[in-house]
Amino acid sequence: MSGYAEISKNFRPEHGGSLRRRRKITNVFMLGLAGLMSLLAVGILVWIVGYVVYRGGSSINLDFLTQTPRPVGIAGGGVLHAIEGTLILAFLAGLFAILPGVAAAFYVAYNPNTPLGIVVRFGTDVLSGVPSIVIGIFVYVLVVKSSGHYSALAGGMALAILMLPIIIRTTEEMIKLVPGTLREGSLALGAPEWKTALKVTLPAAMNGIITGFLLGIARAAGETAPLLFTALGNDRFEVGKMVTSSLQNGQNIFQALVNIIQQPVDSLPLTLFKYSQQPDIERINQSWGVALVLIVIVLVTNIGARLWVQRRSSQLKG
Amino acid sequence: MNLVSAQNSNVFKAGKPGQAVTLAPVRQAEQSEAANAARQAKMKIADLSVFYGKFRALAGISLDIPENRITAIIGPSGCGKSTLLRSFNRMNDLVPNFRLEGQVALDGEDIYDPAVDVTDIRRRVGMVFQRPNPFPMSIFENVAFGPRLYGIGRHSDLAQIVEHSLGQAALWDEVKDKLKESGMALSGGQQQRLCIARALAVQPDVILMDEPASSLDPVSTLKIEDLMQSLKGSFTIVIVTHNMQQAARVSDFTAFLMVNPERAGTLVEFGATPQIFTNPHHKQTEEYVTGRFG
Repeated sequence: MSGYAEISKNFRPEHGGSLRRRRKITNVFMLGLAGLMSLLAVGILVWIVGYVVYRGGSSINLDFLTQTPRPVGIAGGGVLHAIEGTLILAFLAGLFAILPGVAAAFYVAYNPNTPLGIVVRFGTDVLSGVPSIVIGIFVYVLVVKSSGHYSALAGGMALAILMLPIIIRTTEEMIKLVPGTLREGSLALGAPEWKTALKVTLPAAMNGIITGFLLGIARAAGETAPLLFTALGNDRFEVGKMVTSSLQNGQNIFQALVNIIQQPVDSLPLTLFKYSQQPDIERINQSWGVALVLIVIVLVTNIGARLWVQRRSSQLKG
Repeated sequence: MNLVSAQNSNVFKAGKPGQAVTLAPVRQAEQSEAANAARQAKMKIADLSVFYGKFRALAGISLDIPENRITAIIGPSGCGKSTLLRSFNRMNDLVPNFRLEGQVALDGEDIYDPAVDVTDIRRRVGMVFQRPNPFPMSIFENVAFGPRLYGIGRHSDLAQIVEHSLGQAALWDEVKDKLKESGMALSGGQQQRLCIARALAVQPDVILMDEPASSLDPVSTLKIEDLMQSLKGSFTIVIVTHNMQQAARVSDFTAFLMVNPERAGTLVEFGATPQIFTNPHHKQTEEYVTGRFG
């Protein structure tokens, strides 16, 4: 019998029953394994969120969200100071990081092979690997030591440095996804490169840039270590009261806001860390509540961003 | 520059905007056209060579683009058709290591002269690309994008330009009720006509089309070809196409490009389209247009 005909038998359906059976079993096994691992990954998320809700849910009430802390041992009180602080820190960090981040991303995306482009890209990778506490110490030396006090400003700067690599990386990827023909179309109308970047490429990449920005915000909002050296913590921080007292002292609203960002502030992760260390059952229970508030804020930011981006892109595509 | 008033005067000259004026291809007196062309050259290309680094992409191309006519550039893949087209509005400047020898003149002015503003060249020489590339903004904003670059900011002025340009591009009737919708929501053929309207909105003299119908269905292709006929009264059109039937259908003049033994694109033959397709002077042209290779 010729060799080729002998080999060809393998392709016929009636041939190799045991082989087929083995393949089927392997297939089911591998599929099951992949499914199991996916469940594990999702399961951990569900476990964390579920446990935080279970432990922290009982602490959540209106007072918890609208009042500042009471002294240890006195029941009640809330974490308004930390919620406000987190929002202020995230706002400042976003404010500081967005412009340099997006501008650097444009530079890297358009000039990937120039010396500066290579340095920026490499630097971004290194920066994203720098432990966040080191960034905290850096800003401590740079801002806190020279200004003489801890402040929201310093905390915002530390978080901005943390966000920077995330923003640069995601924005760069999004810019690269914008078809080159769009850029050419604009340049062919006589538009200068900067206007093309600003009016055509940026809007086309906007959805992705916003997603990256909010991921950066979410990441920054959950950071503790860099804030230990910069924002420090301040359990009497209350925006409403500070604004009122500034205004009573004859300052305008702008001066009041400048005062606020020069104060040490608290944040949810900092409060969570401090409360969980205290030998007081009320504080420990409240620390679970803080964890829940933090998770909710991050989730709402994320989901809200995704919904908004979805709506926006469906409007663009019509 | 008074773009608006020029635009306004055109509105009335060109008839009702929104109506595609479909002219039958003019075919009479073609041989004498070639003589006319020499006199009314809109662009003069003299001994043009293009280099990408050490690679010579085009070698010694000389060619006159006649005014208010459609000139087709044909040739096999990789012969430098697009490179040639893109050297007419300096889009090749974007390619790293690009270098050019020879001359490309628009109305007698060397467009590669260091004193020339590339922005101005690209306004006067518009471009339509192979794939429709509407910007991710509304139909109105797509067309208004160019005029805005040149300082036209009043909404009423822009609205006039948008209506006129969309009318010239035979798209107005289809989109006049949805100018605020995204340009990307249109069909492929409509998108391409939107891109043509966008190019027309800055009142160019020359329109370069780089295989403008190659990603479109036959009906949309036909619309684009009709549109080209109606536009050539006001504009000089240069089209790159790999579709010889299309070149034969739409163009008045045809340039046939081929690579030489050093793999650089050279001009084999240039002439009135009927002559190129029925009575080519070169053997290579004949072989190509009769489909024996390419």
